[in-house]
Amino acid sequence: MLKNRLATVLIWLSAALICAVFVCLLADMLRNGLPRLSWSFLSQAPSDAGRAGGIAPIIVSTGLIVLVAVSAAAPLSLATAILLSEFSSPNSRFCQVIERSLEVLAGVPSIVFGLFGNAFFCIYLGLGFSILSGGLTLACMALPIMINTATVGLRSAPDDYRLCAAALGMSRGAALLHLLLPAAAPAIIAGLMLGIARAGAETAALIFTSGYVDRMPDTLMDSGRALSVHIYDLAMNVAGGDANAYASALVLVVLLLIINSLASSLTQHWLRNRIMTS
Amino acid sequence: MTLSKRNILSLSLTDKRLARLLGGCALLAALVVVLILGFLLGESWPVLHHAPLTHFFTDASWHPTQHLYNVMPMLTATLLSSLGALLLAGPLGIASGLFMHYYAPPRLAGVYRRLIELLAGIPSVVYGFWGLVTLAPLVGRLHPPGVSLLTAILVLALMVLPTVALIADAALAAIPAAYLRGAAALGLSRWGMIAGVALPAARTGLVSGLLLATGRALGETMAVLMVAGNAVQQPHSLFDSVRTLTANIALEMAYAMGDHRAALFVSGLALMLLVLILVGMADVFQRKATYA
Amino acid sequence: MTTNTSNTSHCADNGNPPEHAYTLGPLQVGPPCCDPEPLLRVDNLSLHYADKIALENISLAIYRGCITALIGPSGCGKTSFLSSLNRLTDMIPGCRVSGSIRFDGLDVRSPNLDVQHLRRDIGMIFQKPVPFPLSIRRNIELPLREHGMRSQAEINDRLQEVLRDVGLWDEVRERLETPAQALSGGQQQRLCIARALALQPKVLLMDEPCSALDPIASAVVEDLISRLQGRYTIVIVTHNLAQARRIANYAALFWMQERGGRLIEFGRCQQVFEAPAHRLTAAYVNGQRG
Repeated sequence: MLKNRLATVLIWLSAALICAVFVCLLADMLRNGLPRLSWSFLSQAPSDAGRAGGIAPIIVSTGLIVLVAVSAAAPLSLATAILLSEFSSPNSRFCQVIERSLEVLAGVPSIVFGLFGNAFFCIYLGLGFSILSGGLTLACMALPIMINTATVGLRSAPDDYRLCAAALGMSRGAALLHLLLPAAAPAIIAGLMLGIARAGAETAALIFTSGYVDRMPDTLMDSGRALSVHIYDLAMNVAGGDANAYASALVLVVLLLIINSLASSLTQHWLRNRIMTS
Repeated sequence: MTLSKRNILSLSLTDKRLARLLGGCALLAALVVVLILGFLLGESWPVLHHAPLTHFFTDASWHPTQHLYNVMPMLTATLLSSLGALLLAGPLGIASGLFMHYYAPPRLAGVYRRLIELLAGIPSVVYGFWGLVTLAPLVGRLHPPGVSLLTAILVLALMVLPTVALIADAALAAIPAAYLRGAAALGLSRWGMIAGVALPAARTGLVSGLLLATGRALGETMAVLMVAGNAVQQPHSLFDSVRTLTANIALEMAYAMGDHRAALFVSGLALMLLVLILVGMADVFQRKATYA
Repeated sequence: MTTNTSNTSHCADNGNPPEHAYTLGPLQVGPPCCDPEPLLRVDNLSLHYADKIALENISLAIYRGCITALIGPSGCGKTSFLSSLNRLTDMIPGCRVSGSIRFDGLDVRSPNLDVQHLRRDIGMIFQKPVPFPLSIRRNIELPLREHGMRSQAEINDRLQEVLRDVGLWDEVRERLETPAQALSGGQQQRLCIARALALQPKVLLMDEPCSALDPIASAVVEDLISRLQGRYTIVIVTHNLAQARRIANYAALFWMQERGGRLIEFGRCQQVFEAPAHRLTAAYVNGQRG
């Protein structure tokens, strides 16, 4: 009885502690970040090593890096997901090898991606410190999560559609295009969002691939500073950069929040639909 | 009848082509891991082939300019900070899972879950930044300088907590309701039910969650880089400044050349192998559970 | 709908079965009721799922223009038998089929066979109606377009024709663009039948098409099936013995033996129900077992 009561108290306490710490974190972000946040902060270039000015080129670079990452990773992960769910049985050797290697890829630390990106994209492929290198490195990082969500989505598309389409003499490609992909679309898009969020939150993999340059990029071959790298740089290397770091952190958190909640509401919506139609 | 036969033939042919194309893409996706391993090995080769591995543990210190590459202090820092984070985040994360399932009223549980999801989405650099400007001064008041192993542990714990909590949540949700009804029918108290039925039933999920969280903690760079102080030294107390393997790579890659650069790649390789082992363990664990 | 009707005579139940139309037990004597040449001929068919035998040594002929009912207790392989006829068993991992299936002179099991073309000729209706999550029109249009029909006018004609055939035209003509999933269960099943008919198949395989429907919808669908008799060759799996008796010309009883599902008795419907040759059949149709 005493144990029971003690457990109740401890569990409520830990939940309260976690809430308190996180409310504190968020409040801190808001309190210190909001005052600096304004249209001019978003639309101006940074000056004085980032202490003054805004983050416009940095937002553009971040967007470009994420865009490169998504446009490289999305087709590849969709194709892999389709192969895993539609064109091979989950027990086949090929399928298992691919799934295992993706599992490993999901666990690789981001700094290791940074090392790899530096050695492969920047030096071996000769792309140098550029938005392209950074984006491609992030594409490798985002692959597992995008493939996983899309595979789960496709696998849970009703088997009836597959059987029925086959019984009507439709090709697998046609069944996929007209029936299965639409049925799994929310999951696929949610996976895309999660991939974008993962890419947008990344710092360590970018330091040695896309670099530090905070000018407005002209081409994808230019070096560009991502928002997260900007925060890191302001906090660690620029004395007196805290205020702008807070504001940049707030911008990044809000952006990621929007993307993540889009992903989760899509998944929710999809789950509800699945329950209603099955 | 205008249903053409040729069209159908070409369609099934398309199916075969499509399968081949998709297979190529999947192979490419799977190849990324091989590429990563290959490049890490290739880049670390200069150091690996002309010096025995013991080199990394027996050198006097980490002084790349003098060709001294003792990684022990950094390895210790990595392991200690991850262990500490796990000791904090493990119980708290599992408690969060239990809270959402057995203690909180449904509305509150929903809000709490959203909060945890939100936290899972906050980038590590923001955690690191917050740790640097808010937590470190607090720790510094206890014992200067503030940027220390303890701060690193706290920030890491905060970072991996959502991982543990969300996986615990999923594992607890997967327990068949009949188990819990059975326990309730026996008149067990809430804690009796949790300790006797829920936790054992969710055991494998919880352990794999903890393993994943360990992997994240070991591989985390930014958060620890910003709050651990980055002095290369064997820590003697929680308040000592330390440098982890990951932070070391991030700090020195910018100017590392030759053997130094190769040594950094060796530490990256070591990190990757550590994570591989953890993934393997989680896998074995899960497989045991499905066959049990 | 004129393509298939010309050379098939309508079945009358007092006709006589062709030769070899039974596996066990003698048949009544009399003139053949349907086309004496079987449209589908199954010989020594066995079917395995991994190491489990589902069907063993089934030999059976399906006659053109007739309704053949497959009856028997659950799990004796009737659905597996049905799926092997249009090679839907290809979709099931670990499923192996042996023996011979000939359809209209074609070897169904040949690896060179154009499976999609086969499935266009042998349509299938499932237990649960599966309308695609598209509009009513698109549901019928999609497979037609997949099989190379391009002209919209032709598609519209076919659409109207098959919807009239299944008695759905008057019910849905005003809302062809609305989602098919909003239809009632019985309407959905009739839409599925229409969708299969639109491809002008020679054979329709039906896997308990009425069992997921309420009694009224079930009666409507049953009525539809018996109207299709003569124009299409129909193989129907049903657990409803009264239904089998009402609509079928031939009946085949499957039974789970120790080694796998086997065909116990095949013959004219009337004979199977009224003068069964095998004691299992007698017991089953009289409701004593299964």
